Amino acid sequence: MKFRVDRDVLAEAVTWVVRGLSPRPPVPVLAGVLLQATPEGLTLSAFDYEVSAKVTVAAEVDEPGTVLVLGRLLAEISRSLPSKPVEISTDGAKVQVTCGSSRFSLQQMPTDDYPTLPASPDASGSIAGDVFTQAVGQVSIAADRGDTLPILTGVRVEIEGEKLTLLATDRYRLAMRELSWNPGAPDASHVALIPARTLSDTAKALGASGSVEIALGTAAGGDGLVGFEAGQRRATTRLLDGEYPKVTSIFPTSVDTTAVIGTASLTEAVKRVSLVAERNTPVRLRFSEGQVAIEAGTGDDAQASEAVEATLTGPELEIAFNPQFLLDGLNALGTAYARLSFTQPSRPAVLSGQSEADGDADESYRYVLMPVRFAS
Amino acid sequence: MVGVRARASILHLDLDAFFAAVEQRDKPSLRGRPVIVGGIGTRGVVSTASYEARAFGARSAMPTSEARRRCPPGTAFLHPRFQAYRASSRVVMDLLHDLSPVVEQVSVDEAYVDLAAPGTHDLSVAGVRALVADLIDRIASATGGLTASAGVASSKMLAKIGSDLEKPHGLVVVEPGRELQVIEPLSVRVLGGVGPATAERLKSFGVITVADLQRMTLPDLVSIFGESHGHGLHRLARAQDDREVEVERETKSISAEETFDVDVPDRARLDSELAAMVTRVGGRLGQSASFARTVTIKVRHHDFTTHTRSATLTHATGEQAVVLDTARRLLAEVDVSDGLRLLGVGVSGFTSHAQDQLAFDEVDEPDVPATPEPSASREPAPESRPSAPSWRTGHDVRHDELGAGWVWGAGRGRVSVRFEGPRTGPGAVRTFASDDPALHPADPPDWRERPDVSG
Repeated sequence: MKFRVDRDVLAEAVTWVVRGLSPRPPVPVLAGVLLQATPEGLTLSAFDYEVSAKVTVAAEVDEPGTVLVLGRLLAEISRSLPSKPVEISTDGAKVQVTCGSSRFSLQQMPTDDYPTLPASPDASGSIAGDVFTQAVGQVSIAADRGDTLPILTGVRVEIEGEKLTLLATDRYRLAMRELSWNPGAPDASHVALIPARTLSDTAKALGASGSVEIALGTAAGGDGLVGFEAGQRRATTRLLDGEYPKVTSIFPTSVDTTAVIGTASLTEAVKRVSLVAERNTPVRLRFSEGQVAIEAGTGDDAQASEAVEATLTGPELEIAFNPQFLLDGLNALGTAYARLSFTQPSRPAVLSGQSEADGDADESYRYVLMPVRFAS
Repeated sequence: MVGVRARASILHLDLDAFFAAVEQRDKPSLRGRPVIVGGIGTRGVVSTASYEARAFGARSAMPTSEARRRCPPGTAFLHPRFQAYRASSRVVMDLLHDLSPVVEQVSVDEAYVDLAAPGTHDLSVAGVRALVADLIDRIASATGGLTASAGVASSKMLAKIGSDLEKPHGLVVVEPGRELQVIEPLSVRVLGGVGPATAERLKSFGVITVADLQRMTLPDLVSIFGESHGHGLHRLARAQDDREVEVERETKSISAEETFDVDVPDRARLDSELAAMVTRVGGRLGQSASFARTVTIKVRHHDFTTHTRSATLTHATGEQAVVLDTARRLLAEVDVSDGLRLLGVGVSGFTSHAQDQLAFDEVDEPDVPATPEPSASREPAPESRPSAPSWRTGHDVRHDELGAGWVWGAGRGRVSVRFEGPRTGPGAVRTFASDDPALHPADPPDWRERPDVSG
């Protein structure tokens, strides 16, 4: 095997392919990246039974062949190489990587034991890359990062025809995004629970492409997998198994008070004030006519306060939030204005975005946040 | 130096045989008779023995089975009624707060009071004696006849020793300057920190009384008992105690535990015990108006090995469902195949604010209230929980026609009830089917005469 490849192309491809690999794979060969040189170019693949990734890039192939080398090591090497063409060739049991005057000699891993990647699935439909990336980013922030209830570490993806709904919650907040996509069939109907971390990584990596194809259900080569494809990149991920909690009653059916605030000014103010909020202590928001007063800190501790202009509809209200949870939601909005809807200070608040101060709320994204309660 | 106070201004008050005394007040047929309150199952221990039962050798912390051997037939063995004890305790503590703002409640039946704090009391020996004698009288009349013993001295240590000297219904004021004279002839066991093991050890060196202990040199004590304990004993023997009365003993944890009659390997049973304990702990957490971040379970295996496991939540909670979920996860990691003798659950790491959780539709419905529990055994007192029988001996009931009474005995589908109360004479016993619809669990009776609200 012998081929030459552009240094940046190699670095980006290897980095993407190995990014999801478990740092402690169940068997050693799963730490490898498979390089397949063919007359069509260079295909890189990685698979650890949970996630798989595969990308084909342009390369000048002198001798076709297949080798398996340590994935993370090759990624680190390729990122540190000078910006010159990279030549990779086999030499007995070794793989030689040459770039300018740099030379690396890597151990080949046995390809016989390497598992076959999940079959390349047929798409269930497609979606614009940038839209997909934004939607996944908005929702995955609310997924649980802990290990207490594995089901909550996922993003729930529901497809009904042209409607795609993404939802995640860690019990303290819930994020839901509804958007349109292009289903392969008008009656497409799927529900899948995709690990949030993997989905988020995949969406970021594929978002630069014009269109992302998504394969679910039997299209993904058997239940329990979801496949993504954009350009020359393909990825599969094992789905989470289990019953996702039913969340329909979390969205309040009525609203007593709404406040519309400039997203950037509220975000900045909350960030500043929460500097005095020690770990997990809340920020208090007091909404009154024309403004919201934001405060943190109590008693002997440091205190801070700031007022931000707000348009209030309905009764005045004082409510407290974990500052990070509030900021996560504000950062995810992506709109000039934030609309907060309340019933009572002890009940969940709903955050959504809108483009104009006096316009309508854009409810395609909703972030439901449980307030902090004080001892009475 | 003896104490830091020049005057006898620290009061230690201890209610006499408190649980048993409340039982005898509320159950006229038991007055003057031996009464044992505690765990009355095969592995229970005595919480309190009435003075009549103490005459037969029953003591608190003694296995109930031994108390049964020592006490004569006709001795009443009762399950505790914590709700009733708390109601009386509150009345007493309120009276103490009338005397001074500085009250350190040690337990439900014991407290220290700083009589110097208000600056208005006559702190001469005679003045203090009159003040506390009056207090004891007022306690008796406010609680329907409960007696208390008190010690007043220049230190907490001497006040506590004093309250024990003339129990029950005793009052000892230790005159300042006479502290050592008071303690020297007493057994070393009166000193806080001298338990049976230390006493036994001291005895092997010929030390029986406090005066004997005073003759031990500090280097000898340290060489026998180690640096810290040795110094402690040397100080205690000289009545050196400068601890202040602390207004509030901060609650650091809230917990409940259950000792089983037989080792329990059944996860379903353990789970329902856990759920019931979480309900009690959660209720007390709610009353304390705070939230907790750490959940701990305690298990004791059949061979008495005891372990605790705990988990700290990212966000403090006041929700029982969250505490239960966490406790369940901890219990799931414990091997219970050989059975547990004891299971406990507690919360700690209190905060003044909590990040509540969103309410999912059903998967996450708090399952605490759904815990199957025989309705008849619904136990109003939070610390005590029925393990098997529906009707627990000693507990309060109400019959639709016959009125208020208490469970005199139960078993084999029958329950016997004695119909009497704190304001009646001794009553008669009637027997019913356990599931008699006219019979209901009831709150403790009120011993106070109240104006008839119905007019």
